[in-house]
Amino acid sequence: MITIKYFGMLAEHTKCTEEQMDFKALKLSELVQDLKVKYQLNPASFHVALNHKLVQDSEDVTLQFQDEIALLPPFAGG
Amino acid sequence: MKKKTVFIEGPISPSFISDSIAKHQSKHSIGGHNIFLGQVRADEIEGKTVAAIDFTAYEDMALEQIAEIREKAFKTFDLTCMHIYHSLGKIKAGELCFFVFVSAKHSKDIYAATEYLVNIVKKKVPIFGKEIFEDDTHQWKTNIK
Repeated sequence: MITIKYFGMLAEHTKCTEEQMDFKALKLSELVQDLKVKYQLNPASFHVALNHKLVQDSEDVTLQFQDEIALLPPFAGG
Repeated sequence: MKKKTVFIEGPISPSFISDSIAKHQSKHSIGGHNIFLGQVRADEIEGKTVAAIDFTAYEDMALEQIAEIREKAFKTFDLTCMHIYHSLGKIKAGELCFFVFVSAKHSKDIYAATEYLVNIVKKKVPIFGKEIFEDDTHQWKTNIK
């Protein structure tokens, strides 16, 4: 399984805070591309975290079983 | 890595802040404290006024980020202790949502550390804010870079 989490305006837009997918050894960039298409996301509107760490280049990452991916809109703490 | 309490459901009360100060009076190596308090501002945006901010967080990632920030702060500054608290949920204009509390032997370290902590939490910690206007419409807050 792979878990995908959505926060803030992205949770509002996708009407979903978390979903699970069957594991496939995709590149992270491929998964993100699928999500962009599925939810018509603007790529400039979010960052991607993998297992609680921000990912700079999702081309370089191949998903592992039980990975947790999060789509994060701009931060607003403070 | 040890994870400390960071998130508080609802506003941070002035009594919580005074209790925090009182708890440090038994630590006699401390020579000074510095405190930053973030308060929800009633911004006016296109004729509408912000009544509250509803905060959410990616808590697992946020706690890991704050643990790293703590570690770096202790390496960089000569601190005795530090605490970071942030509210979750709906915080009304005028209420407190962010509390950074830094204690050290000397004042020099606490000013620099407080500024560092406030800025890095805003930048690196995945906290999200929905600005709710008085007419119940909303927009999503973005920290100015």
